[in-house]
Parts: sequence; C-alpha cells; structure tokens
Amino acid sequence: MRAVDALMECLKAEGVDVVFGLPGGANLPTYDAFYDAGIRHILVRHEAGGGHAAEGYAKATGRVGVSLGTSGPGATNLVTPICDAMMDSVPVVFLTGQVRTDLLGTDGFQEADTIGITMPIVKHSFLIQHPLELPRSIHEAFHIARTGRPGPVVVDIPQDLSRADIPYEPVGDVHLPGYQPTTDGNQKQIRLAAKALANSRRPVIYAGGGVVSANAGDELTELATSDRFPVTCTVMGLGALSGTHEQWLGMLGMHGTRTANYAMDEADLIVAIGARFDDRVTGKLSQFAPRAKFIHIDVDPAEISKNVPAHIPIVGDARNILPRLTAEYRALSPDPSRLEEWWTRIRTWQQRHPLGYTDSTDAEIKPQYMIEALYEATGGDAIVTSDVGQHQMWAAQYFHFDRPRRWINSGGLGTMGFGLPAAMGAKVGCPDETVVCIAGDGSVQMNMQELATCAQEGIAIKVFIMNNGYLGMVRQWQELFWDKRYSQVEMGQWPDFVKVAEAYGATGIRLQDKHTLVADMKAALATEGPVLVDVRVTREENTYPMIPAGKPARDMVG
Amino acid sequence: MGEPATKEVLSLDELDAVAGLRTGRKHIVSILVENKPGVLTRIAGLFARRGFNIDTLAVGPTDDDAVSRITLTLDGAVHPIDQVTKQLHKLVNVLKIRDLEPGETLARELALFKLNADGAARAEVMQICDIFRAKVVDVTKRSLVVEVTGTYDKVDAFEALVRPFGLIEMARTGEIAISRGRSET
Repeated sequence: MRAVDALMECLKAEGVDVVFGLPGGANLPTYDAFYDAGIRHILVRHEAGGGHAAEGYAKATGRVGVSLGTSGPGATNLVTPICDAMMDSVPVVFLTGQVRTDLLGTDGFQEADTIGITMPIVKHSFLIQHPLELPRSIHEAFHIARTGRPGPVVVDIPQDLSRADIPYEPVGDVHLPGYQPTTDGNQKQIRLAAKALANSRRPVIYAGGGVVSANAGDELTELATSDRFPVTCTVMGLGALSGTHEQWLGMLGMHGTRTANYAMDEADLIVAIGARFDDRVTGKLSQFAPRAKFIHIDVDPAEISKNVPAHIPIVGDARNILPRLTAEYRALSPDPSRLEEWWTRIRTWQQRHPLGYTDSTDAEIKPQYMIEALYEATGGDAIVTSDVGQHQMWAAQYFHFDRPRRWINSGGLGTMGFGLPAAMGAKVGCPDETVVCIAGDGSVQMNMQELATCAQEGIAIKVFIMNNGYLGMVRQWQELFWDKRYSQVEMGQWPDFVKVAEAYGATGIRLQDKHTLVADMKAALATEGPVLVDVRVTREENTYPMIPAGKPARDMVG
Repeated sequence: MGEPATKEVLSLDELDAVAGLRTGRKHIVSILVENKPGVLTRIAGLFARRGFNIDTLAVGPTDDDAVSRITLTLDGAVHPIDQVTKQLHKLVNVLKIRDLEPGETLARELALFKLNADGAARAEVMQICDIFRAKVVDVTKRSLVVEVTGTYDKVDAFEALVRPFGLIEMARTGEIAISRGRSET
C-alpha cells in the first residue's frame, strides 16, 4: 500500500478519531488517503487554528491531538501551536508535508526547513527519509508525545516518499533506547518527603499542570486531606484541587491571591508537584519563599533544581508518587494540631484580603462580574478555555474549577488567539460537555476564522468576548508602569462582533446590562450551534492583586 | 523547628539543596548518541538556546557503527553541570551521558603547531619538542609543523613555551576521553 495509507492505519492503531488540518500541495497524497480512511478530518481555516484545536482536544481528553499542515507556510503557521504545546507540555503530533526529496535544499516552491525551524520547540521530531521509516516513526511520535512529560512531536513527510508503495505490517512495541522516562518515584526519597511533611509547621502544596497531565487530581486531594495541607495551584494546575475546597488558597503568582502568595512567602516546607517555578510564580527569584525547604516532584528531571534548588527531589509520575507519599505520611501518624497556628494565620489573610472588586452602581458590567455571572450561568459545569490577557487572569481568579481538565489556557507561551480554536478542539473531544471560551476582544481576532469551521462542522462552542476595546493587559501595564502613555492598545469598536458571528454562520449576541447578564448568558448557552457573545465591560479596569514584575510576593499591590 | 511533631525526628534545617550548584572546575562530558542526521544540530541548538558555552567539542565514531561519541568540555564555574546533563538527557537521540571524574579519566587531545624555526631557534624548539614527546611532521627552511598529544593542560603548556619563537598557526581537536579500568565510559 502507499505510505500514506499505512499512515492512516498507524493513526487508527493509535486510536485517533479526529484530526485538524488543512491540505496543500505537499500533503496531497495524505489527503487522498483521508478520503476513505474513516478518520474524522476537520478542515480548519488556518493551520494555527488547527494546531490549537488539537491542543484543546488533547487538554480536554488527555489523548494525543493530531494536527496537519502542508509544507512551507503550512508548517510555519503551525510554529505557534507547536511552541505553545511545548511550553505547556501538551501531547500533540504535528504531521507536516514536505517538498519532494529531489527538491529538498533547493528553495523549492513552498519549501521550508520545518525540522530546523521547529527544533528548539519540539519534544522530538522526525524527518522521514525513507518510506519504510514512516509507520515506525508515527508510532514513536505518539509514544514520545504522550509519555513522560508530554509534548509536541513533528513528523515531516516529503511528498514523493508519502506516495511510495510499501509493504505494511503493523508495528509492535516501540523501542527507543535514548528515551526511557522515569515514572516510579524513589521510595527512599518519598519516605524522606513524608518525614519532612510530618515535621513541617507551615507547609504548602504547590501544584502545577503536571498534576493535570498525570490525571492525578484525586491523588493530590487525597494527599492534601491526609492532613490539613493548604493547596495552591499555578494557572496551569487549576482544578487539580477543587476551587471550592476549604483547603484551597487560590491561585498563586503574579495575579494570584494574597493568601496563596503570602503562604508561600512564610512557608517552611513547599511541596511542588508538576510545577516548574516559572517567573510568573516566583516573582523575584532571590526573595522567593525565603524560609522554605523544597520537595520537588516532577516527571522531568531537568525541571528539578532548574530555578529553585530542591532539598528533596523526586523524579516520577505524580499519579505514581502521590499515593505512596500519602501512605508514608499516614504511617507516621503526625499530630495534626501542629498546623493549627498556620491555619489561623492563613484564615486571617483570607479574611483580610479576599479577592474582590468594586461593582458598578448602574448597569455597567465589571469584567470580574462577567466571570462570576458566567460561573453562575453555567453552574460551574463547563469546560472553559481562554485567550491571554486580563480576561484570562479574571477567569482564573473568579471561575472556581472543580476538577482537572476543565480549564484550558495558554499559560507558558501566553498565546493570544488560543481560546477559540482550543474550545473547538475541546468540544470535538467532549461533545456532551458545555464548552465555553472566555476571550478578549484583542485575542479573539487572532483566530476568529475558525468560527466558520465550527459552523460547518456543527461544533457548538459558546464564545464570550470580554470586550473593553483595549489590549487590556498591555494597557494596564502602560497605566501602572509607563506613566499612562497608552501606546497602540486602543482597539476601538471594530469589528462588530455580532455581524462577524452572523457572517460566519454563528449566532451573534451583544450584552451590556449587568442586571440581565446571568439570564442572557443562560439564553446564549442554550442557543444551538456556535455562539459569539460580545459582552461590553468596563473599559479601564485593572487585574488585581498583582506582584509587579521582578518584585517579591510580599510586595503585592491592589 | 522546635520540638518534633512525630516520633521520627527530622529537622527541616538538616535538609540541604542537592543540585544547581556550580562546581568551579572543568568538566569533561562524554555523550553517546545515535549516529543519525541532525543529532549534532540538536545538541548544539540546546546549548545555544540554554546559554551553555562549550569550551571544546570532539565528535567521532565508536566501536558501534550506529553510535557516535561526542566529548565536550565545559566550565563548571559558569554552568550548573547537572542542568546541562539533564537537558541533554531529554534529547531522544542521546543514549548515555557521563560527567567524567577527573581522577578516573584518561583525556587526550591532538594539536598541530606551525612554528617559525630558523637558525638557532630550531635547535631550541626541537629540544622542547623532545621534552613534550612532540613529533615534527613537516620541515621547511624557516618553519616546522609539530604534532603534540596530551591533556589539554599539557598542550597549553607546550603552546606557552613555543609561542615566543613565533607561532604561525595552531589547530587543536579538543579533548576526547575514556574512563580508566575495565568498566565502560
């Protein structure tokens, strides 16, 4: 059979039920194979939309997403999703077309060095150099994408090789001698960590996206409740512990709660799980958690002691390690009363510094209220994606995610235009769930073209644009740190999102009255098909609290 | 910490950070990689984007056709070596990495020196070559090409001694290394 037909067999063997892509010259053979392969293909309007959709699918379902583009511009359009998937450890296999092998290196039409361009931003990549390599490379790509610390894998397939006739035999187990991720945590280290926890007076559990990737939300909750350990999460980890749990401190970091950041600042022991001490979490590194010792649990050994030296490193999968740590901890039967003083301190912070804002006295919709209204309108029962900016931080603060994989955003790369296509992918992966995108009026325009895809494929996402007519987060920084010199942040009233929605075959709604907002949102959520809701909010509202960049946590403002 | 809260005593004060430290010495790192196209690019790219600076780099075959050995030297005063090796380990084509212990390692490099050596200088240069067991591999009326092998430091010492005679040019391979004794590097 043709190599591309073998490719289809490989995708099926990997359990792929849907791919997101866009054809072109170099991947014509692949698209011919899709014609009767029986795999759902969703034709996106821009490869970046397809890449982010594959990410949204992967984040919502935990399965490997698949995204396709042709050579040259098709592949370069995928660069942003590839980098995004790398930064947030999302398992996606990107299949790119490449020019014929006799044209490689000649600046042929639509030729780009895809492997070279993407090398710094992939977990691994394959340039197919012989058609017989293709099936094994595909399986290796899926294996690498989904195991260990997940990430993006690119497979670049020259057009002529993809047409070659090959004898296809299903590939058994893949064997990669240079790739053997450690999943089992070291028992001695786990025991030491349990002892340290038992001897701590002011512990904090700091959980990141790794807990979500490892599907270890229940195991985290079990550890947290084996005593009264306070828990905070990064923006990637939200939902790992329920946002309504009494041990929940709120998100930490630049726009985290004061309680979470102050607790980190005063902790004597921090248990970092699947988190990587990003600068948006630590603030000024030299003054980060100055009193704390660190237990660092991560499947990627290179994360341990990268930014903050660990005292007890444990390499492995959180789902493997956390139950063992909980068991070891319980066996020590520590005295829970030692944490009382710590909780008194935490409760004081929570009472003194709750998240809050001054609501309007008229019909004006405050952006924070918009999130609260959406939480109420959905009953909290939704998968929520977001773009990047103020709306993302407010969503993280005010939408109380009750379990993992309900909050899908671009944390590491901070990709504007991520939310809408990610919602599309999440909805395809979880068709029975309500999928909501909280977008910015700036961000949404970066991948709005995928509304056409949603209309064509009947993908009923509900997009709520927090419209303040600004690139709001940049405007906020210009207000606070650049003497209010607003430079190129004014978006004005363009486009008319209601008309845009209608032009794309979606339903467009404009909301500007606080008093009917919840009811109006419920109506929008109940509307069939894709819906784009233009919510007009207070134009100049700032996201608080905030650790100014490069400052320590205790210098939070707002 | 005050009194322990459990029967098992462990003061948090006893815990030391275990990595991320600068060692302050030169490190020789031996890396076995799959002999595939693009592998060196991946390694070089990793060093470039993480800001690691390679002092020397030598690449060559091993006893196994499918495997190449990359030997590189790095300054442990500038780089956290454990972070370097852990990042390298993440490359799928990297099979094995050893940060070689100085006392248990044989390291050699090859260097070629082109020297001014006419008249009286020639005898003196030849004497230095003798001491360093260097080999003269090319002679003209006014110049010599000398081959030296040895550790990085030995080649450095040789360079310092012959430089005053007029060093026209020099080429060095960078160190390769292998562990002492029976066990594999």
